[in-house]
Amino acid sequence: MTMRPSTEGVVTGSDDAFLASYEQLESRDHGVVPPWLIALRRAGIAHFGELGFPTTEDEEWRFTNVGAIASLPTHPAHSWDNPQPAARELERFTFGQMPSIRLVFIDGCFTPSLSSTELSAEGVEIHSLKNALQANVDWVQGHLGRYSGADKNAFVALNTAMVEEGAAIRILPNRRIEKPIHLLFVFNTTQRGASIHPRILIVAERGSDARVLESYECLQEGETFTNVVTEIVMGEGTRLEHCRLQLESKRAFHVGTIHAHQARSSHLITHSISLGAKLARVNINPVLDAEGCECTLNGLYVVDGGQLVDHHTAIHHSKPHCNSHEFYHGILDGKAQAVFNGKIFVRPEAQKTDAKQTNRNLLLSDEATIHTKPQLEIFADDVKCTHGATVGQLQDEAVFYLRSRGIGKDAARRMLVHAFASDIINRISIEPVRTELDQIMFDLFEREPGV
Amino acid sequence: MLEIKNLHAQVEGKKILKGLNLTIQPGEVHAIMGPNGSGKSTLAQVLAGRDAYDVTEGKVIYNGLDLLDMEPEERARAGVFLAFQYPVEIPGVNSTYFLKAAFNEVRKHRGEAELDAIDFLNLVKEKMKVLELPQSLLNRPVNEGFSGGEKKRNEIFQMAVLDPKLAILDETDSGLDIDALRLVAEGVNKLKRPDNAQLIITHYQRLLDYIVPDFVHVLYDGRIIKTGEKRLALDLEERGYDWLLAEYRSQTTETPSGLVGAR
Repeated sequence: MTMRPSTEGVVTGSDDAFLASYEQLESRDHGVVPPWLIALRRAGIAHFGELGFPTTEDEEWRFTNVGAIASLPTHPAHSWDNPQPAARELERFTFGQMPSIRLVFIDGCFTPSLSSTELSAEGVEIHSLKNALQANVDWVQGHLGRYSGADKNAFVALNTAMVEEGAAIRILPNRRIEKPIHLLFVFNTTQRGASIHPRILIVAERGSDARVLESYECLQEGETFTNVVTEIVMGEGTRLEHCRLQLESKRAFHVGTIHAHQARSSHLITHSISLGAKLARVNINPVLDAEGCECTLNGLYVVDGGQLVDHHTAIHHSKPHCNSHEFYHGILDGKAQAVFNGKIFVRPEAQKTDAKQTNRNLLLSDEATIHTKPQLEIFADDVKCTHGATVGQLQDEAVFYLRSRGIGKDAARRMLVHAFASDIINRISIEPVRTELDQIMFDLFEREPGV
Repeated sequence: MLEIKNLHAQVEGKKILKGLNLTIQPGEVHAIMGPNGSGKSTLAQVLAGRDAYDVTEGKVIYNGLDLLDMEPEERARAGVFLAFQYPVEIPGVNSTYFLKAAFNEVRKHRGEAELDAIDFLNLVKEKMKVLELPQSLLNRPVNEGFSGGEKKRNEIFQMAVLDPKLAILDETDSGLDIDALRLVAEGVNKLKRPDNAQLIITHYQRLLDYIVPDFVHVLYDGRIIKTGEKRLALDLEERGYDWLLAEYRSQTTETPSGLVGAR
């Protein structure tokens, strides 16, 4: 079903446009979706109304002005009737046709004809969120919105108000899912203000092991808006590798939030690779809520021109004997800006916490700006927490070493910038993704200009 | 092949080389010994083109070229190779990729065609055998996670692949056990030809049991204060540097500044 936006709806430039989108969804779905969902959305819009879009007065948004998002003539991206892209047009987003369970979302809509024929496989149950909601799948109701904190973050609140499409993934107990589960979001429309609010729920049952990949792409450059929330619920002894790749249009706005709740001895690995968008904000909030948990947060942002990328991570050490490791690298050129804020909260009972955080940044131009801030709040006394942030240029010794072997100065520098990015990319275990990203980095930094 | 005339160099305003003279002919092996702080590593770095060092006076002619006027990569392509005392770890740069890029730059300079991946790999494997390096090293980032001995052997391995005309070994022997030392020396000796030369910088005589020099020079306070044959190295091993420094001081009216004596 496709709707035509009214003229008023398109030109309105304030929170009102977002409220209008909500009301449109609400009136359409009334009596169609289960009542609990209506209630969830209502709570979301109420929170959004209270919170409003943040301003730079808000400490959490000091360097990231979302005024341009607030004034977008927002409308569901699928409102415009674009012809559906052919499968071959999407091939370049498939990591060389990587074997995977793939769910393709065009302008936010799940598109079965472009997705894997069988979504659920041995040991894993997967639905598009819309289908799961219509079928009222019980575990979806049990978890959706439970940990995401819609009362604290306007974008999460907005996403909650707009919950409609996305994915619901449940890994069954003690199963290891070999194939990556790939959620591919592609903008086909280039309409200004075309918006998607995907919601992703991943429930990993006790002892399971899986890899989930979210990638955000576009077929053409557009001033689009993505506001995604991913909720991860990890049972005892689970292992989950989560990889998010943001490769959207350099005119796009992208906000992504990951909430993870970890049970005993679970291990979460997240990678956040952010290359696209004019403004990208990613929040990653793991809660280590039982003993023996581990989380590893890797990140890479590469920005130039007038791009802004902002990562806010908050690791909550709530129980004893948990480890967290965080490695973020940034490469900034042109007038780009980046923000890294790494919070680590260690509760009084979280003794024997071992937390390590590193954020390294390479500035390739004098006009690029990085705001990096570790923020450790430690209320336990027997813990090991280290953090380090560096901002700088390439290491002279390394440049000289390469030159002393005959490699030209420029080539040596480019090789080292690429290597700085590879250091993070190499942590991804999904080989085709690694290879593809490495190629992107090679094209960005090492390919001879004009060749 | 190499002619160093009255070379003066400083780092951060501190004078380190103070009029160094040295001539090396093709086919020769020269050893430079000397106490810590005498300027041995500075000489190596200046010859390789490290820009942290300022050359304030003097000339270096390499095969008719003004070496000091060349960029580090031009020197390397022209056949100058420095085996570093402390090879730097370069996370993220694959060893094979790096070496192939370097190798092809050198070949391009010589007017030779680039080697394809298979021929290159065969060449590399053959050279690795000599130094008993594990092939897995090729898939690892340059020097990252290598042991001290592996790093040094890796330097000589790179040298074997790049086949330089003038090889400068900066304390390649330090930190090596006797087996590794033997391997390194064997690697170096295999590369010796009538048309290339080697400059071995070392603190100890030990390496010279395996790589026999034609000349031994003693560097002290930025100058070469004595030149002899292999025998000189043995004397230094037995008697230390003090006798030589005393001899030097009695000969010169100038008082050497800076460091005194061997440590």
